[in-house]
Amino acid sequence: MIAKILTRGHQRRVLPGFGLSLGVSLTFVSLVLLLPLTSLVGQLSTLSLSQYVFLITDPRVMASYGVTLLAAAVAALFNAVFGLLMAWVLVRYEFPGKRLVDALMDLPFALPTAVAGVTLATLYSSSGWMGGLLAPLGIDIAYTWVGIALAMAFTSIPFVVRTVQPVLEDLPAEVDEAAVTLGAADGHAFRRVLLPYLWPALVTGTGLAFVRSLGEFGAVIFIAGGKPYETEITSLMIFVKLQEYDYAGASAVASIVLATSLMLLLIINLWQGRFIKRLHGGRP
Amino acid sequence: MNIRIAGVDKRYGRARALEPIDLDIQDGELIGLLGPSGSGKTTLLRIVAGLEQADSGSIHFGERDVTQVHVRDRRIGFVFQHYALFRHMSVFDNVAFGLNALPRRERPSSDQIRSRVMQLLEMVRLTDFASRYPAQLSGGQQQRVSLARALALKPDVLLLDEPFGALDAKVRQELRRWLRHLHGELGFTSLFVTHDQEEALELSDRVVVMSDGRVEQIATPDTLYRRPSNRFVFEFLGEVNRLEGDVARGVLTCGDARLSVPGIDDGRHELLLRPHEIRLSDQPSHGAHLPVSVSAVVPVGAEVRLELEADWLGEPWQASVGHAEFDRLDIRRGRRLYAVVSQIHRFDASRPQTLMLEPAI
Repeated sequence: MIAKILTRGHQRRVLPGFGLSLGVSLTFVSLVLLLPLTSLVGQLSTLSLSQYVFLITDPRVMASYGVTLLAAAVAALFNAVFGLLMAWVLVRYEFPGKRLVDALMDLPFALPTAVAGVTLATLYSSSGWMGGLLAPLGIDIAYTWVGIALAMAFTSIPFVVRTVQPVLEDLPAEVDEAAVTLGAADGHAFRRVLLPYLWPALVTGTGLAFVRSLGEFGAVIFIAGGKPYETEITSLMIFVKLQEYDYAGASAVASIVLATSLMLLLIINLWQGRFIKRLHGGRP
Repeated sequence: MNIRIAGVDKRYGRARALEPIDLDIQDGELIGLLGPSGSGKTTLLRIVAGLEQADSGSIHFGERDVTQVHVRDRRIGFVFQHYALFRHMSVFDNVAFGLNALPRRERPSSDQIRSRVMQLLEMVRLTDFASRYPAQLSGGQQQRVSLARALALKPDVLLLDEPFGALDAKVRQELRRWLRHLHGELGFTSLFVTHDQEEALELSDRVVVMSDGRVEQIATPDTLYRRPSNRFVFEFLGEVNRLEGDVARGVLTCGDARLSVPGIDDGRHELLLRPHEIRLSDQPSHGAHLPVSVSAVVPVGAEVRLELEADWLGEPWQASVGHAEFDRLDIRRGRRLYAVVSQIHRFDASRPQTLMLEPAI
């Protein structure tokens, strides 16, 4: 069957190398993505259903879901606002040092997350610069969920900026101008013209940031402190179980993170596909 | 509403985009800004719209000084070359945008908005497309939506930036007639930018010809074509044939060509003429001995365009003849004929001059 598709493709396609490139890609995907996933599922198969349910509904694990979801949601929302603003500034204005700021946006991708984690923890602990300033006001950041959200926001901001930026660049300035010539106030033009246009990219970017935050480990553990039931995130739970050689338990919790992330990515993709179809002339 | 533009100029850094310009537009006039790209016509239009600020000078709409007034308060309609429709909104919502954007106190009720939008869509003949999205429409339809959108707020002034530039020839022709019609019906004052001379001549009450940020001439299409004020205008407005030679005692000679040009002083001169000012004959006339041979024959609809070559010509002449003439003279490639010139123009004197030579038949 596959051979048939490949040979037919070979006859019809103008672009060369379809069979070879698709083959290499699929092999790569299998080795890097599917193989580890399969072994994860393999670990799960050593558990009975009741054992599995017991592991994933353990009160301490349940508490970690709550902390992770809350912090990731706050981080994602913060990034949605700040990332949109950042993309706007980078696309619509010219200022000295713009290239530098643009490059800085990728720093969270390039920096080892553990380095970011250590830096943030030092900065926001009660003896650090920021923590020292905030502590007298009664605001604790390190070792609370706020600190976790902060670390998550730091590592995932590029997702929003880098998805919104190209879409904004594509939007001709004429469209903004059209709204203004029609008498629209700035707020109205932003809500009715700009935001709907950027909406798919913004939701995708925010969704990606959220999913990334759900699984964040390196940047978070130092600032989180890991107090059970309070600042213990799910990825830390997995790590703890691994250290205790509880591979099955670790896999069970990991499967929840994996399933949640995959579901979210799928939903984002489907929803975005529908929206884009409308922009390109398909019936809504 | 009349528009008065006084001493408006604009620089971008060190480059001068507009020399100081004065222009008075009467109420209800349709004015074309015509010029090659980079001539400053779009800059002028955008300054009138308020999308750009002039460095100095003033703009009045009627008695109102709008020089410092923000675009959204100028009460203009603006039509963009690439439509600039809101792609995520239906045609209906696009047209209703300006009405919905009004502050709550002035905003009509949603029923009134609906009937106003449907009336506009009827005017642009797109009633059936109200719920479609821009991407589902052809270019011509999108531009009509854009026009309806610009007219929704009953602007005093309608400004169009190369409105038909992105459309194909037939649609362009259709939309031009339709705009002319609409303009007559609604009577708004209108200013449009084009680089297409035919469009400017067909559509405008008056044309402003621009080049290099300067106004070259402001005149009615007829005057512009018949009495261009300088060589740039003459050359930009249509195809031009050149004839260069020495004039002695009222006769121009150039190789074995002779043309009597009474009234032109002796010396070397360059004379210009339009394709339609050339007639062909199988024998030289009294005043002209201009032997040519036909080097290309291109039938274009109602007329036949010819390319004429001769040893005495630097570059070939373009001429056009009707089909009857074409058949009578048995014109084909390589045929030797004589050109007869009915009118000739010169711009090398202190003021432009048009010479009537021989009446067309």
